[in-house]
Amino acid sequence: MNDIATIINLAYVVAAALFILGLKLLSHPDSAKRGNFVSAVGMLIAVVVTLLDQQIISYQWILLGFVIGGAFGAWKAKTVEMTAMPEMVSLFNGFGGAASLLLGWATLAGMNSVVVQTTGAFTFITLFFTVLVGGVTFSGSVVAWGKLSGKLSSKAVIFTGLRELSILHIIAMLVVGYLFTTQPQNTVWLYCIIALALSFGLWATISIGGADMPVVIALLNSYSGIAATAAGLATGNTILIVTGLLVGASGLILTNIMCKAMNRSLANVLLSGFAKPIEAGEKIEGEIKVLSAQDAFYVLEAAQSVLVIPGYGMAVAQAQHAVREMQSLLEDNGCTVDYAIHAVAGRMPGHMNVLLAEADVPYDQLYEMDDVNPRMENYDVAIVIGANDVVNPAAKEMKGSPIYGMPVIEAYRAKTVFVLKRSANAGFAGVDNPLFFKDNTRMVLGDAKETINNIVREFGDD
Amino acid sequence: MEIIYLLFIVLLAAFLGFELIRKVPATLHTPLMSGSNAISGITLVGALVASGNDNGVLTTILGTAAVALASINVVGGYLVTDRMLSMFKKKDKK
Repeated sequence: MNDIATIINLAYVVAAALFILGLKLLSHPDSAKRGNFVSAVGMLIAVVVTLLDQQIISYQWILLGFVIGGAFGAWKAKTVEMTAMPEMVSLFNGFGGAASLLLGWATLAGMNSVVVQTTGAFTFITLFFTVLVGGVTFSGSVVAWGKLSGKLSSKAVIFTGLRELSILHIIAMLVVGYLFTTQPQNTVWLYCIIALALSFGLWATISIGGADMPVVIALLNSYSGIAATAAGLATGNTILIVTGLLVGASGLILTNIMCKAMNRSLANVLLSGFAKPIEAGEKIEGEIKVLSAQDAFYVLEAAQSVLVIPGYGMAVAQAQHAVREMQSLLEDNGCTVDYAIHAVAGRMPGHMNVLLAEADVPYDQLYEMDDVNPRMENYDVAIVIGANDVVNPAAKEMKGSPIYGMPVIEAYRAKTVFVLKRSANAGFAGVDNPLFFKDNTRMVLGDAKETINNIVREFGDD
Repeated sequence: MEIIYLLFIVLLAAFLGFELIRKVPATLHTPLMSGSNAISGITLVGALVASGNDNGVLTTILGTAAVALASINVVGGYLVTDRMLSMFKKKDKK
């Protein structure tokens, strides 16, 4: 190692330390912002010191790429709506995957025939994984982005032969992987890997429905890190290996949390497109009782404690600011307001928390499911806003239900339950919700934002 | 030996990652993911060398495209995470 290489590697050690410290600071909302800054400093050090690398002989292309990418990234970061965060993270996952794919390809394209002869199989195996994982991440993320932003139908696309298609893909990958590592000078195999990876990501994601998106985004997040690690192994770059694994671990942990919150295995989520839909079991009997916003106001005015349970519908209706306004009025009226957030509410991990933070709801008023369920009876009113499956008592009561066994927020145990919903239809999982038929449940039908604004207006008239 | 040494790094970094991320509370999971987007842009470091070296036109084109994509993640990821984290506030003690 010459002097400059030593300096670069020493700087990578510092950068890695800063990334680790940054993630450590992310473990509390008070220090999280500082953590993000520390991590950004680490990135700056890593990038600047890499520019000293003696292999780099010209800077104009680097500058061009950086200016284009940086400008687009900054614009996206400044303008994105908080409700659209799942789409943005998805898109960025895809860019990360594509960057690794291109880096792997560039590494291979930069080898002349002499270098190819003297390079060991380990490098080609890791290059194979870089291109494969990068490609799957890219096409999978683009599909997820399309579904989340409404450019594609959020329904699971299922057709006969999907399972066979996937098995065929995997067999082809193994074959092409073997051919590539044994004949790396033949670029046809590289193109085959890219094509297979893109195609596999497409089919694997298109067969997953909108409600399972939190799992898919978390998993693709993890893949984007794993692709970076593979690229690091192929090019012998330690900072890529370490940092890629931090991201990979993060995505895997979130994937696991999401799966547990739905009481399903990862395999079940990924392969649900291949399973036959479950026949409806028991019929739910009872009557739906509808309440006007005005009558809802009278109940809320008398309430001592209120629990708000938001779901994806709150994001769709952009109702978070109206909810916050209602919270202030309730609190001025001497009522305590808590929020209960289910791990899979919304379309990505922590989606609801960010929306409520945007509307200035203090984060110490947000509770997880396990914190509120034991004291559910104490709440005078539980307001369910655009959530359905995460408060569905069928998960506890109906053995035949597809969501049976999923841990839910037990809103039905509150003294009164308001369900704010457009109509009394089934949720995204397509499951009937017996909560709507309970004696203590009142449905307030209509757009969630409008309903809450009406309640807020009643407070003003009072 | 080189391979063993790299695999050691993989092993240790994986365990470290799991221990670190496990402690991130649910309320910060979205910023965690956008922050992960940012640091997965570390691919930029590899892309810089590919874009700026003299290994042929194809390498330069691919490298430059990789620089652009990774820069989106780095710049966009850190900025949006910062924007989000600025919104998280504690209850004012009145």
